[in-house]
Amino acid sequence: MNAVLIALLGVPLLGAALTLAPVFGPDRAAADRRALRLNTVVTGAVLLLAVALAAGFDHDAPARMQATTDVSWIPALHVRLHLGVDGVSLPLIVLTALLTFLCALYSEKRLPAGDDVPSAQAFVGLFLLLEVGMLATFAVLDLLLFFLSFEIVLIPMYFLIARWGSGAKAPAANRFILYTLLGSAVMLLGFLLIGSKAGTFDMQALAAAHGSGLSHTTQVIAALAILVGLAVKAPAWPLHSWLPDAHTAAPTVGSVLLAGVLLKMGTYGLVRVLLPIVPDGTATFAPYLGAFAAVGIVYGSLACLALARPGAKGDLKRLIAYSSVGHMGFVLLGIASLTPVGVNGALFANIAHGLITGLLFFVVGALKDRYGTADLDTLSGATGAALYGRAPRIGVLLAFAAVASLGLPGLAGFWGELLAMLGAFDPAAGLSRPAFVTYMALAGLGTLLTAAYLLIVVKRVCMGDPEQPAPVRELADLRPYEAVSWTPLAALTLLAGLWPALLLGLSDPAVKHLLGGG
Amino acid sequence: MLGAQTAALGPHSTGQHTVTSLAVANPGSLIQSVDWVAIAPPLIAAAAAVAVLVTDLFLPERHKKWLGRLTAAGLALALIALLPLTGKSPRATFCVQNVAGGTGNGGCSYVADHFALVFQLLALGGALIAALLSTHTVDNEKLPRGEYWFLLLSSATGAALLPASRDLATMVVALEVASLPAFALVALRRDGRGAEAALKFFVSSVTATAVMLLGIGFVYAASGSLHLGAVAQGLEHAPAQLKPLAEAGAVLTLVGFAFKVAAVPFHFWVPDTYTGAPLPVAGYLSVVGKAAGLSGLALATTIAFRPYAHTWGLVLAVLAAVTMTVGNAGALRQRFDTRYSAVRLLAWSSVGQAGYLLVPLAAAGYAPTGADPLGATAAYALIYGVVNLGAFGVVAAVCRRAGASVDDFRGLFARRRWTALALAFFLLCLAGLPPGVIGLFGKVVVFRAAVDAGLGWLAVVMAANVVVALYYYLLWTARLFAPVAEGAASGEAVGDAGGERRLPVGLTATLGLTASAAVVLSVAPQLVLQVTSGSLF
Repeated sequence: MNAVLIALLGVPLLGAALTLAPVFGPDRAAADRRALRLNTVVTGAVLLLAVALAAGFDHDAPARMQATTDVSWIPALHVRLHLGVDGVSLPLIVLTALLTFLCALYSEKRLPAGDDVPSAQAFVGLFLLLEVGMLATFAVLDLLLFFLSFEIVLIPMYFLIARWGSGAKAPAANRFILYTLLGSAVMLLGFLLIGSKAGTFDMQALAAAHGSGLSHTTQVIAALAILVGLAVKAPAWPLHSWLPDAHTAAPTVGSVLLAGVLLKMGTYGLVRVLLPIVPDGTATFAPYLGAFAAVGIVYGSLACLALARPGAKGDLKRLIAYSSVGHMGFVLLGIASLTPVGVNGALFANIAHGLITGLLFFVVGALKDRYGTADLDTLSGATGAALYGRAPRIGVLLAFAAVASLGLPGLAGFWGELLAMLGAFDPAAGLSRPAFVTYMALAGLGTLLTAAYLLIVVKRVCMGDPEQPAPVRELADLRPYEAVSWTPLAALTLLAGLWPALLLGLSDPAVKHLLGGG
Repeated sequence: MLGAQTAALGPHSTGQHTVTSLAVANPGSLIQSVDWVAIAPPLIAAAAAVAVLVTDLFLPERHKKWLGRLTAAGLALALIALLPLTGKSPRATFCVQNVAGGTGNGGCSYVADHFALVFQLLALGGALIAALLSTHTVDNEKLPRGEYWFLLLSSATGAALLPASRDLATMVVALEVASLPAFALVALRRDGRGAEAALKFFVSSVTATAVMLLGIGFVYAASGSLHLGAVAQGLEHAPAQLKPLAEAGAVLTLVGFAFKVAAVPFHFWVPDTYTGAPLPVAGYLSVVGKAAGLSGLALATTIAFRPYAHTWGLVLAVLAAVTMTVGNAGALRQRFDTRYSAVRLLAWSSVGQAGYLLVPLAAAGYAPTGADPLGATAAYALIYGVVNLGAFGVVAAVCRRAGASVDDFRGLFARRRWTALALAFFLLCLAGLPPGVIGLFGKVVVFRAAVDAGLGWLAVVMAANVVVALYYYLLWTARLFAPVAEGAASGEAVGDAGGERRLPVGLTATLGLTASAAVVLSVAPQLVLQVTSGSLF
């Protein structure tokens, strides 16, 4: 039993339950304020717990499961409340706690309001439930619990998009939930097949067995089912089409969490479940996964280039969503290489993408608030939106996030993609080297295209003539609450870029352990 | 009758008794000692039914409210009577010796094993909740009280008897005891719809019964017994020329049960009957009626027709796939703004859920021992019973007058917070998504049964269906929290403001009971899922 990890899941759950209790007073405005304050306090407490967890983590043995709890929950199904963290999950838990806290802080000032928007209590309840699901996904070590956590996030995110979103929000939310549910239902079938053949759902026991006891056919079928389910979530091309709509419609905090955490649940599952539990099946599908990843990288950046063109009526949030497809392509490519280098790169790129895209969505969300639209053509006008001149701090942050996203050395985006490509250059024994080198070349092309569209975006949004007629006359620069919630992301992007060993030191032993080498 | 039956067994019985003399060797064995404790649950329900009918004659009109309370008390007592039976070894009664396959309880007509107890819990518990739900409806729609409560109790008696019966004759009698009062219950509403619904229900149900009786006749002719265990042995050793007769008999018998479960193609009566019936009766039919049919189907297939396991396993698998697909497609096509659309949606959804309930039964045809997957059906039926009755309860609470559309639920959260949250929870349980954790695990055990039995294709079909079903459950859930459109304030909302704000006691009790049960089960799913670990027989 470990109190910290249990509290990490229990505190937000209690907070969510508390929003149902009549403790916020009769006055709607005051109740909303109190609820949002509760949100900040609870997520702050969770962040402190996550930091405490990281501080208490034995950094000399990141491959070992730490802070474990293992008690029986449903003996009939052999489901155990088995929790634990290692070097793979710890950074993701801290990232999740950080992003949710920053989102809570941000939404305290900037929650979409209006007549048809539900009360802040409902928002807080859903938000905290979402946090429970996200944290649980990274903390549980039982396949059925993993599936349960995977599903917990669906309903809160559905309502966040459908009720607090903008534009075509209801269709986008429906598409999001139906797509992901179809994926996770198929994934469940894979889990049940493994459980049926291996006799246990315990991830650690299954990983220790490393596929022994599962026939090749079983492994291939299970790997296919699980891969499809996780690829929808990641999302891998061609199963990504729910993502742009969901991001365009989602409110800012929804977008941040969707890109920053929810997508990572898919790639984390690949590393935690697919690689160690069904290694033969994974090796069978790795070349295909790599191919889809490479196509996704190029496809994502080409879509972004098309959206960034003048006159294309490209939505900035949509553009970042497509760029996520490309970035997650790097993560998938690294995993598909089945080498420690590639998987480490994938995990690093995971965290980096969470930080950078979180920041990008924050900044773009703020622009959308100020301009009332995220349409690139409307923003930029004839010459460009001239943020450098009109709101220099926001402009600089946007440019910073953009260059971090395109993989400038010294910032977080660089290492993950470099390592993922390095992994593809020299894939694991048994994988076709020419194929993977081709994927690497495609990924390299993707980085060039990525740089192209991000620089176009920077040019069209940050540069330009400040005097030209603009849709909004007075453009407020960085507000204090924005600075508070964005600065940590920028700082961590810089830190991870300059000191990659901080993350790689944690993940490397754990990855080698999962791949069966250590 | 039983003596004759024993005699008829002679030619096919396998072992020591090659010649059965008509003179009974030990006359004392014909005088049976009845285990009253074992048969207490259906017996108490039956006694309560008679008591209600008699009391109704002597009770002055103003005291007739007590009949409802008497009914609820009777059902509660019957539920309590289940408790002494939960011991390790099953109790059996109405046994005859010398039945082929008569090891253990093979020759008994009534066995209170775990399978029987679980389905009796479902039947009696479902009837109790339906009774609580009815107290308000009976007052409101001015239904004849004595008759209503008597019929409800009678039907519950049959539904409780069926899962414990172990010979085909008792099963038919129990099934009819469960069904015949249900026709009358449906017809109790005094408008055109009620009569039409009852007629549809009656005609198709009686046809199914007739077909089933013919089938049982064939099976008896081919196997020489009515006891389920003996039927299995008889079918295995049946002479070759009787094989076609036996197979036809098995199919015809299953048709009757498939009708009660509302499996496709015997589902068409469901939407019309549910909309025409008083709301609590619709809820009762969707849970208890279905439970009765399901338990009969499970007993007939897994015990009596064991030798044909691969045939009916495949048939049930196809039936399950078609049923869930048709049910969900019907629900998907249901418009939300028409009258009665809420009940119609629940009706179609119950057809879809029946498909999921059939999946473990189909898996039992493929499983080596045959009994293990049944636990998944039992667990899912219990979960479904709780949340579906809860959903019917909310519909009854929101729409005091009949004929609510789904659109009447728009903005319910703003008007009645807890009722809306309860309905949202029930719907998510039906869909199988967290926070409806118990619904999710219910689906997991059904999936597991299919995967364990190697029915991968059925699991994939079901996965697709779960996604389709989520769509309409979610649309309804989203309606609850949607803002009320201006000018679209329905008559319900107006009547709501003017009329009684507080829920009647019966409805509050129903919602409280079902919602707290669903929440408790979500926190501790083991309470219900324990029936899936190990054999029920």
